[in-house]
Amino acid sequence: MSFISQVLNGLGLGSIYALVALGYSMVYGIVQLINFAHGDIIMVGGYMVYLVLVVLGLPLWVAVLVSILVCAAVGILMEKLAYHRLLTKGSPRISLLITAIGVSIFLQNAFMLMFNSDPKSVPTLITRETLDLAGQSISITTLINIAVSVVMMVLLYLLVNRTKVGKAMQATSEDAGAAKLMGINTNRIITLTFAVGSALAAVGALLYCNAYPQISPTMGNLFGLKAFVAAVLGGIGSIPGAMIGGYLLGVAEILTKAYISSDFTDAVVFGILIVVLMVKPAGIMGKYRKEKV
Amino acid sequence: MKKAKRILSVALAAALMTMPLAGCNNNGGGSSGDVIKIGGLAPLTGEVAQYGTAVDNAIKMAVEKINEEQGGILGGKKIEYICYDEKGDSSEAVTMYERLLDEGVVALIGDVTSKPCKAVAQKAAADNLPMLTPTGTQEDITDVGENVFRTCFIDPYQGELMATYAKEKLGATSAAILYDNADTYSSGIADAFEAAAKELGMTVTNKEGYQGGSSGSKDFNAQLTKIKANNPDVLMLPVYYSDAALIAVQAQAQGITSTLLGADGWDGVIEKIDASNLSAVANARFCSQYSASSTDPELQAFLKEYKERYGMDANMFAVLGYDSMFIMADAIDRAGSTDAEAIIAALKTTNYKGLTGTTTFDSKRNPVREALITGFEGDSYKFIENFSITTGAEE
Amino acid sequence: MGVDKTQNRKKKTALVYGVNFLLTALLFLLFTVLISSGSLSRLQSNLVILVCINVLMAVSLNLVTGVLGQLVLGHAGFMLVGAYTAALFTKSSGLPLEVALPIGLLLAGLVAAVFSVVIGIPALRLRGDYLAIITLGFGEIIRVVANNLDFIGGAQGLSGIPSPDKLTLFLYSSVLVILAVFLMFTFGRSRHGRAVISIREDEIAAESSGVNTTYYKLMAFVLAAFLAGIAGGLYAHHVGMVDPSKYDFNRSVEFLIMVVLGGMGSITGSIISATVLTILPQMLTDFDRYRMLIYSIILIVVMLFRPTGLLGRYEISVTGLAGKLRDRIKGRSRKKEEV
Repeated sequence: MSFISQVLNGLGLGSIYALVALGYSMVYGIVQLINFAHGDIIMVGGYMVYLVLVVLGLPLWVAVLVSILVCAAVGILMEKLAYHRLLTKGSPRISLLITAIGVSIFLQNAFMLMFNSDPKSVPTLITRETLDLAGQSISITTLINIAVSVVMMVLLYLLVNRTKVGKAMQATSEDAGAAKLMGINTNRIITLTFAVGSALAAVGALLYCNAYPQISPTMGNLFGLKAFVAAVLGGIGSIPGAMIGGYLLGVAEILTKAYISSDFTDAVVFGILIVVLMVKPAGIMGKYRKEKV
Repeated sequence: MKKAKRILSVALAAALMTMPLAGCNNNGGGSSGDVIKIGGLAPLTGEVAQYGTAVDNAIKMAVEKINEEQGGILGGKKIEYICYDEKGDSSEAVTMYERLLDEGVVALIGDVTSKPCKAVAQKAAADNLPMLTPTGTQEDITDVGENVFRTCFIDPYQGELMATYAKEKLGATSAAILYDNADTYSSGIADAFEAAAKELGMTVTNKEGYQGGSSGSKDFNAQLTKIKANNPDVLMLPVYYSDAALIAVQAQAQGITSTLLGADGWDGVIEKIDASNLSAVANARFCSQYSASSTDPELQAFLKEYKERYGMDANMFAVLGYDSMFIMADAIDRAGSTDAEAIIAALKTTNYKGLTGTTTFDSKRNPVREALITGFEGDSYKFIENFSITTGAEE
Repeated sequence: MGVDKTQNRKKKTALVYGVNFLLTALLFLLFTVLISSGSLSRLQSNLVILVCINVLMAVSLNLVTGVLGQLVLGHAGFMLVGAYTAALFTKSSGLPLEVALPIGLLLAGLVAAVFSVVIGIPALRLRGDYLAIITLGFGEIIRVVANNLDFIGGAQGLSGIPSPDKLTLFLYSSVLVILAVFLMFTFGRSRHGRAVISIREDEIAAESSGVNTTYYKLMAFVLAAFLAGIAGGLYAHHVGMVDPSKYDFNRSVEFLIMVVLGGMGSITGSIISATVLTILPQMLTDFDRYRMLIYSIILIVVMLFRPTGLLGRYEISVTGLAGKLRDRIKGRSRKKEEV
């Protein structure tokens, strides 16, 4: 029985990874950039929740709205100011990656200057009760996480597969040059991808604040890296892959903590990354792209 | 243009080569005049800046008080307090230590966190500089030399104390521990608590670790689920207040009903828990070195002044920093000179009554003092009782 | 004519080597005298040693990131391995420090090199950003494992490492830096070095012209790790303790910043930027609050407008500069004559 609750714990944590992994995956799918700063978007979202709920004392729905909008805006700004020039110039990947690291350090330190390094607490967003199911108490927080992440994935799936914009995204991801020739404004699609990815991270931030009611400027650091591992595990570029990767990583992390050793959890997470990259670099759901000569 | 750039870069390189040579003024023995220089080391920026800032703020208040209200030390000489930021990094701490010696300090108050403190203590021992750490709790810091003292409790003492308290006062028969394995303070207390609890005949159902730190794990559900399955009487959380707040809230969400116990790192936990989650610590108890709810007028005056001056509540770090400066000033005054041996000898015979009570040092230069057990009432701390291992034990 | 040219070139090379050797020796002697006579304050001698260690780290990282063109985000991991190795050896060997330290430093380099082979063989098969991520992963694993091994102190780290006096430490670190820089320059001009550069320029083309890319990648990677291990050993003895939590991803990024700012592929650039970035924070007291913010902005701006770093692949050379100066003076006088 305890095993089942541990798996549920894992799914709860994995849901947040999944939401963040989606952003990594979408951006990578379109511009082949590991957006290192994506993890810090959660941090931005967390501070928006803090600002709205604690500093301004406004209701929850305002916090949800503000954090999603601000995160999307930060995503767009990030793309326009830092990556756009490099992407259009076709700069080497190493430059892009270093820029992304730069953006990540910038966000962390800007927030550290604004709010100092001391962690801030945020209130309970929804409820902190436990539910009794067949003699097993389950944290409602966990169930909320899972439900929200599934809803988000369905929405994203509909956006990508059922709308014109989504089709344009897919086309840009397949072959940006050809998409451009077909009349797709690829620049707009890239911006939109950053916005949607960041908005999903904002939802992740809301779940994070609900489950772990404390925020700090570096909170997105390791969390973002782990979400990236989830994206790689699921197959970078694939939406269901990111979700599956997120859940699997969450469960793997919790089970490691519960049954192997809580001290080596991070080593296990990065070990998974290495094994995946060695054995099946395309991940569970991804397709491997041969490098074009 | 290109050439200009190149020439500029060479000029820059040349300037850098000579930079260390500029300002070569060795002003050794700078305390000969009317001021006595006391050095400070604290993390003022970086991940643990909140601890260092509190210590530094309080020491500045203490210095002003000594200089202005008490008319200085050693017959009217003023204290000049020079504090450098070590960013929570051992290497930086050692570098800044050298810088303090260049300034000619006669004694050092610092460092704040254990690891940089240990690195500095090693260097200070080689130089035989009187050193008093306000908050470096790791047991072996003072082992490096006769010149190193501390104001705070050592880690093992608190672990033993809380285990005894759980047994004697709470009647606990089983206990679980959840601690930060990446933090020496936390693992030090956890180990001592475990050993003491076993010795007292309690069952230690779980001893779970996690990797903390600013980018460390914030999800404790796996460990808490395991602990919950054993339903221990008490759950010891020897961690700092930010993590303590997070764990308490998650423990409540998991439905854990064990009494939560903590050590002095818990001071400040209320600010880290939103009002909506305060019920999570309602029954918790932690040992501390002072109690904000104490009626001691000096302590209350300090807390009030600190808040007015810095716009935030003073915490344990501030209180210990404040006492440390007074203890050091008192020792220099009694030593009658700024000679290192004299100051060290005077420190050894310290008997100072400050905000944390009366402090004397034992043979390992650790403080001997009663601990206070603090609990919670609504949105504030509540003083429960004084407790020490000897008074608590029925011998 | 042809013979004349080669002789000329040979003469010129000899001159370049001679001048550089003389200047290095002068600088070295100057600092040795300054430190041993106590003219440098404790802080200043401390900084000189730190500069040497950081230059060693930056130059070695530049070999993989600048010369080989592979982004490595776990360089601090090798430093950590070296730090533990050297510290454990000098602490437990029972030999006097004068004997134990050089052996310890050599061991530090070797053990770090062994780690880099174990990591490099799988990692270097991957390309570009995946390589960056996997080195990041390995770097973090090294740190987490070190944090949990009790025989090396666990989270408390390793303390009580015997610390030699400042002059000894300076002699070791400066001599090692000089050797490392010399090695880098000769490596860059050797057959192996050119093979490594060809991988940076176009891996597929290099492979199809018969360059064993995996072998050369590994060679550069191992050499870099070896130097980082030595730097770690020096660092451990400088601080007197090893704190595993300080060798994390952020630390690796700091070295990366040094390399990027100095110029990816420019050894002199790395030397200058490592020096500036070590000393500058000490000079400007209030700078520290904004340090990382400013670095990050510079990092982004440099990538946007000068992707190979400030100096690019340009090497500053004293003889070159002297030559240019001479040309310019000559040019000017010629112009005057023409007038």
